[in-house]
Amino acid sequence: MSQVRVLVGTRKGAFILTSDGKREQWEVSGPHFAGWEIYHLKGSPADPNRLYASQSSGWFGQIIQRSDDGGKTWYQPGTPAGEPTASGPPKSASNKFAYDASASPLTTHQWYDGTQHPWEFKRVWHLEPSLTDPETVYAGVEDAALFRSTDGGENWKELPGLRGHGTGPKWQPGAGGMCLHTIILDPNSRTPETQRIWIAISAAGAFRTDDGGKTWKPINRGLHSLYIPDPTAEIGHCVHHVAMNPKRPGVLFMQKHWDVMRSDDAGDNWKEVSGNLPTDFGFVIDVHAHEPETIYVVPIKSDSEHFVPDGKLRVYRSRTGGNEWEALTKGLPQRDCYVNVLRDAMAVDSLDKCGVYFGTSGGQVYASADAGDSWNPIVRDLPGVLSVEVQTLA
Amino acid sequence: MIRVILPHHLRTLAQVRNDVELDVQGPVTQHSVLDALEARYPMLRGTIRDQVTGQRRPFLRFFACEEDLSHEPPDAPLPDAVASGAEPLVILGAIAGG
Repeated sequence: MSQVRVLVGTRKGAFILTSDGKREQWEVSGPHFAGWEIYHLKGSPADPNRLYASQSSGWFGQIIQRSDDGGKTWYQPGTPAGEPTASGPPKSASNKFAYDASASPLTTHQWYDGTQHPWEFKRVWHLEPSLTDPETVYAGVEDAALFRSTDGGENWKELPGLRGHGTGPKWQPGAGGMCLHTIILDPNSRTPETQRIWIAISAAGAFRTDDGGKTWKPINRGLHSLYIPDPTAEIGHCVHHVAMNPKRPGVLFMQKHWDVMRSDDAGDNWKEVSGNLPTDFGFVIDVHAHEPETIYVVPIKSDSEHFVPDGKLRVYRSRTGGNEWEALTKGLPQRDCYVNVLRDAMAVDSLDKCGVYFGTSGGQVYASADAGDSWNPIVRDLPGVLSVEVQTLA
Repeated sequence: MIRVILPHHLRTLAQVRNDVELDVQGPVTQHSVLDALEARYPMLRGTIRDQVTGQRRPFLRFFACEEDLSHEPPDAPLPDAVASGAEPLVILGAIAGG
């Protein structure tokens, strides 16, 4: 019997929601790491019991947590659970994210006021486990950079080619910080040396490597952003999220600050597919597990009013790869609702029918077991949801 | 033995319930106490001072004997009462909320 495990990061801890394949009855465990911001947690596709979590706090900084038993127990990599603490040589530093100084001369990026500002590590926004190796995991961080661990999260090294490829001094933060929030691994890449990776940064744009992270190039042609001096600039676009169906890696969908976009050539060119959406501002976007032209967004009223329009929580689905959208409302509040859905807070399972999940700033996690036709809340009153990921377990 | 009082969340991370007691070799300073603390509780590395710069995190302060020692040099000796274990070194987080 199939099982589904939904991993929820919130402003005050992590929660794990589990159900069988019917997705009707749910067990809720948590809060894990109570009181801490959990920006993201995600399972390894190569070993579903291996989970990674980003735990952070304004007081105590960044912690990386790891579970080897599907989220029942957790520990900081390098400090195994239950190990007696003792004096001795320092343990590995699983929360040490040091920018690679060899990326010289790049040491600053643009600040809000246009001056140059040194890169300063703040937190991990997104953890992306390798598709094939449970010990390898990527971390997208603020201030924007990409790190990789090949020892299960114990030690992290920056892939400095991204910050160092040339446009870094022009990158600038969005209001939420200069975060690398999206990491997509191409399942068709055969070796680590030829691994294709897409990443996105607010507010620098989208970038791609075709050589495992050694060299990078901006992939923002076709984006049009009226909030920057040159609306079609090579970089500077506030990309909120990018999604891909792993069965069709050349096709990408993007929710930009404003505008929903698609690319059919791995990001080299983008075209707008906002179509009949009530507003094309938003944060999340995701793709149906089995229908690569079926995509989901949650339109948000505007960049200054971060809530759903008209007091109605509506997921919009396109079955045509964009442009033609239908509102999905069954089971969702249609009056007096003013929540937001953040960029990493939607995910799909791979059951038949495809399940769709999202979490809100109001602490609700909604699930649809019929590809969005109808919705039910799994939980209604968690802390504000920062991220939602799903594991489909055999 | 040096006594250190940790904020709630760091006690949880370190899996301790009460004050932490540490054996510190050589001069008793903020620096040497934190080194001993992180050696004994490696899960606290980076949570009190930045892993890269060594700077105290801005929302944390160090108190002992009813004095704020946060801005003392890290290698300055701590009060004798801390070195003797009569008084604890208190690591305190900024108040959350309004």
